[in-house]
Amino acid sequence: MSAELEGRAFLVGDDVDTDLLAPGAYMKAPIEELARHCLEALDPDFARSVQPGDILLAGRNFGTGSSREQAAQALSLLGIRAVVARSFAGIFYRNALNLGLLAVVCPEWDGIARFDRVRVDPRAGRLVHLASGRSFACRPIPPHLLEMVESGGIVPWLERRLAARRAEGAR
Amino acid sequence: MAETLAQKIVARAAGRSSVEPGELVTCRVDLAMLHDSGGPRRVAPILERLGVGLWDPSRVVLVSDHYVPAVDPESARILDLTRRWGRAHEVARHYDMLGICHVVLAEHGHVRPGMFVVGGDSHTPTAGAFGAFAMGVGASEMAAVLATGEIWLEVPETLRILLDGRPGPGVVAKDVLLALCRMIGLGGAGYRAIEYGGEGLAGFAMEERMTLANMAAELGGITGLVPPDRRTLAWLERAGVSLDEAELTRWRSDPDAPVAATLRLELDRLAPQVAAPHSPANAAPVDEVEPVPIDQAYIGACTGAKLVDLHMAASVLRGRKVAAGTRLLVAPASARVWREAAADGTLATLTEAGAVMLPSGCGACAGYGAGVLAEGEVCIASTARNFKGRMGAPSSRVYLASPLTVAASAVAGRIADPRPLLAERRDPEPIGEEAARVG
Repeated sequence: MSAELEGRAFLVGDDVDTDLLAPGAYMKAPIEELARHCLEALDPDFARSVQPGDILLAGRNFGTGSSREQAAQALSLLGIRAVVARSFAGIFYRNALNLGLLAVVCPEWDGIARFDRVRVDPRAGRLVHLASGRSFACRPIPPHLLEMVESGGIVPWLERRLAARRAEGAR
Repeated sequence: MAETLAQKIVARAAGRSSVEPGELVTCRVDLAMLHDSGGPRRVAPILERLGVGLWDPSRVVLVSDHYVPAVDPESARILDLTRRWGRAHEVARHYDMLGICHVVLAEHGHVRPGMFVVGGDSHTPTAGAFGAFAMGVGASEMAAVLATGEIWLEVPETLRILLDGRPGPGVVAKDVLLALCRMIGLGGAGYRAIEYGGEGLAGFAMEERMTLANMAAELGGITGLVPPDRRTLAWLERAGVSLDEAELTRWRSDPDAPVAATLRLELDRLAPQVAAPHSPANAAPVDEVEPVPIDQAYIGACTGAKLVDLHMAASVLRGRKVAAGTRLLVAPASARVWREAAADGTLATLTEAGAVMLPSGCGACAGYGAGVLAEGEVCIASTARNFKGRMGAPSSRVYLASPLTVAASAVAGRIADPRPLLAERRDPEPIGEEAARVG
């Protein structure tokens, strides 16, 4: 299975925090409702303007702040398929991969504009701007982590592992 | 090969004799902490799906601190679910409305030097004040830890932060952290392990060390470590944990251990800091910050409402009043802090000055509990984060400062330097001394 993704780039800046991604006022609410308020303090139209398949292109320290994984979950629910950032806050990075959302570190992606089409290859560590053909180096996601993301995240991955262990025990 | 404290703890938890930065390892977890927000309500469905229980309930601590006390049926439901889950899974250590998780863990001696701790909260590094490697995770990862007792980790490099000299009057751990946030930027530590050191560190009381370790989160560290010393042992002794002095020599970095970078901060030259909206990295010395009028002063959260923090506020507020048109809200970090502050007269000092007391819990810091802000309001807070909209309405503005500066600002009704107020005291008592007695 190829992990390569192609989509429309949606741009955000540096230090996008978890309070913006998953506002505290909606943390008690169902995730579907919370997702409608994702990034609204930054851009009131965010949830309405992203399209399924979009790739979020971010600046430095994306996902800084809380450990609330609803920050990554809300993006997934809105149809974002990958976040490509100059750097990530560590907990968000783990949360994204654990929830099956691709998070790719790409220190430099200058020259890509809102809604340009891009392609991400997390295995090789590459971001391609389709209009210009320019290619940007990313940090490849290690194979065992990519396997976890491709299986849908840590829960389905663990489910499989536990089932395999049980089958082994039964033999 | 010389190793850092972080490497030593990770190696021990991974069952290895040594580990190198960059290696991927699987660690056995000594303690898993979860709270009402990211805890049972999120992990229970996952554990059910996996068809497993807790790997070891005796290594689990559950704390209800985010939605306490309930303000509506939904928060009441979350707290009820949390209690039921704790009982069903035989989690003996459920601290229900007894304070904020990171402070509760420390008060009960649950975190000790050399431990590997995973917590469902980003300020889990607070436990690093006791020489424990403590990292925050999200709920799905916490569920995996609860199911297996294990977590994967890329062994981090260490960023060493050396504190030189002694802070002057009016300067405390919170000022150190805000200055560091400005120096390296929000997230500037790049998920390395932060280790504090330097001759200045010994003078910080345990609760002040907790503030240093706590805000490793804002610096972007995977954890924040303070090597244990006699003060650590004294705190643990009081919490009912007696440790051999050999633990002190075991849990420290080798002198020649390679680190990614070393940063020095001269405490004597540091002024009280104020971080402007909407980032802790927007910090500047208080005398360079515009004295904007404030609607609310807030002393609360794991970062800024421990006993020593309330003592700081009281040292400014004693015999003074909160300015007309400004409100001061105080939410002590735990039930024990309440009791001790009541017993030593601190609560009376605060309330006589006009402070409104709020329940112990995460409260207004993350916009969950009482004390949130209206559109356009300005607040100065002893908390760790001032992200846009975090503490209430999206157009509210939050400044961050130490409890001393928050209290001075409450008295002035605008952002104010605590040093002139402290200097006016006939019996000046350096806060460090007071803190030393506490720690």
